[in-house]
Amino acid sequence: MSSEPESFDVVVVGAGPAGLAAAAVAAESGRRVALLEGSPWLGGQVWRTSDDPVVRASRLHSDDPVVRASRLHLPRFTSPEPVQENPPTSHGQTPPQPARTWINRGQRAGVAVFPSTTVVAAPAPGLLRTDRGTDFAWRRLILAVGARELFLPFPGWTLPNVMGAGALTLMSKTGLPVRGKRVVVAGSGPLLLAVAAELRQHGAHVVRVVEQADLASLIRFGLALPRLAPAKLWQGLGYAVRLLGVPYQTGCWPVAAQGHDTVETVTLTDGRRRWTDRCDYLACGFGLVPNLELAQLLGCQLDPTGVRVSHRQETSVPAVFCAGEPTGIGGAERALVEGQIAGFAAAEREVDVARLQAARVRHQRFANALARAFALREELKALAAPDTLVCRCEDVSHRELDHCRSWTEAKLHTRCGMGSCQGRLCGAATRFLYGWELPSVRPPIQPVPLAALALPPSRSDLETHNPAP
Amino acid sequence: MAESVTLTVNGVPVRVPAGTTIAAAVTAAGVTRFRRSVSGEPRAPLCGMGICYECRVTLDGLPHSRSCLLLCADHQEVRTDE
Ligand SMILES: Cc1cc2nc3c(=O)[nH]c(=O)nc-3n(C[C@H](O)[C@H](O)[C@H](O)COP(=O)(O)OP(=O)(O)OC[C@H]3O[C@@H](n4cnc5c(N)ncnc54)[C@H](O)[C@@H]3O)c2cc1C
Ligand code: FES
Repeated sequence: MSSEPESFDVVVVGAGPAGLAAAAVAAESGRRVALLEGSPWLGGQVWRTSDDPVVRASRLHSDDPVVRASRLHLPRFTSPEPVQENPPTSHGQTPPQPARTWINRGQRAGVAVFPSTTVVAAPAPGLLRTDRGTDFAWRRLILAVGARELFLPFPGWTLPNVMGAGALTLMSKTGLPVRGKRVVVAGSGPLLLAVAAELRQHGAHVVRVVEQADLASLIRFGLALPRLAPAKLWQGLGYAVRLLGVPYQTGCWPVAAQGHDTVETVTLTDGRRRWTDRCDYLACGFGLVPNLELAQLLGCQLDPTGVRVSHRQETSVPAVFCAGEPTGIGGAERALVEGQIAGFAAAEREVDVARLQAARVRHQRFANALARAFALREELKALAAPDTLVCRCEDVSHRELDHCRSWTEAKLHTRCGMGSCQGRLCGAATRFLYGWELPSVRPPIQPVPLAALALPPSRSDLETHNPAP
Repeated sequence: MAESVTLTVNGVPVRVPAGTTIAAAVTAAGVTRFRRSVSGEPRAPLCGMGICYECRVTLDGLPHSRSCLLLCADHQEVRTDE
């Protein structure tokens, strides 16, 4: 039997910068707060690390069969400083200290943290269900579920060791040995530079970084920066990469990867000539796309760039807030600002919401400029050959999908999007390649263990679905 | 010095620092094929964050475990390509 849902004033989903900040400020405002995080780490994609005992502390609880209000017992750090802006360090990384600071603030204020707990459904208004079969009741809900990389199909992209750019970094931060490995970093966005710097730091030989955007567009972006934001991210990273002596080539993109058991070479182009680099890894991501499934499931309205929110981060569904990457790709600093606004708004601290508006607007301008500067070129739509797989779960090729006019039609004729990833990879790819709408979302939004599915419906389920005749 | 944990990957013992993911341990053990796709292609981690399901392994008899989201612990038995 699914246990009684535990009730909270505020439930925050996702423990990246946005979620950590939201949970901390809401709890500091006296609200009873739960923070649910699908991975065993706190800190989201940007602050993930295996070295930091605090960020990693959640693993102590990660194998509890039923994680119950596992208030983390973390070592305390003295005088946490409020962190608004995180200047990149000399090697271009955001230091993990802000993660520690926000985790400590949340912990002090009594945030109940549930690591390795993924929200998979919303069985009734005000109720969330997790992959553990546990239910959480909320009065205010904050979605801080972050983004994922955009993967575009090209010949050879399914070979082992062709990975996302951010993905290779995440994996190297958590133990993947990259020392001495030859890595080509390709795709688009400032993340590529962070990735190159990080991989270098872990001892990888970064052969080159290829960015699909044109130099002209990046120069326009660079010139606009002083006006856009105090965020020195871009300069910091560019500087770091130059310092590291890694060639950074703009207006270039991968056209194919080759290899037997794993990738061995990658063919790159600048639109005129082609050349081939040897590599042990191809780290390739074409920017980030927001994780929208949960917002879609809850019926939140979307904008072209993500979840539509008000200046208080409130979505079109009352009492549901959204912060960070799902509202538009803008990086960790923006996520921190939006997270705080959402946390304050959920606690009805409107003065603090107002205080952060200038920062919010500044980061939004920066995010808009980012999107313009790194817009994807048309040529990328032509990378897939007829036999290139577009759906990796069900091995559906470009040839099979090319003539379909919509996601619905594709599903009618093929098994595209019907595998384990539930269209998370191919949904974003087919949107770019064929202009299809995103696939619709059904619960559970992630495949869940049978144990969780087999649970009888909770009381609230019965109330909604089985009204007395 | 960081603590370490020992697990087996396809029967071979592997020792890794605490905090290592199973995906990283599998790679450290020299295994490049995590699973086979429906048409038989070799596959390995793509997203590193639980989205793509390409990193699935059998962990202690439990199939379809996403190795990029799981941390290594002593005595675990990992099998790939199942
Ligand atoms: C693979 C990858 C690597 C990146 N690496 C870097 C980097 O090195 N440097 C950098 O500056 N930026 C990096 N970024 C950019 C990153 O998106 C932002 O800088 C920052 O992490 C955004 O913060 P956030 O709080 O909005 O989201 P995130 O940090 O993405 O946090 C969202 C959290 O929500 C959790 N979550 C998602 N869905 C659910 C659910 N249904 N239930 C429970 N939990 C859920 C996720 O596990 C995640 O921890 C990376 C992005 C990606 C996708
Ligand atoms: S690597 Fe994508 S789910 Fe693990």
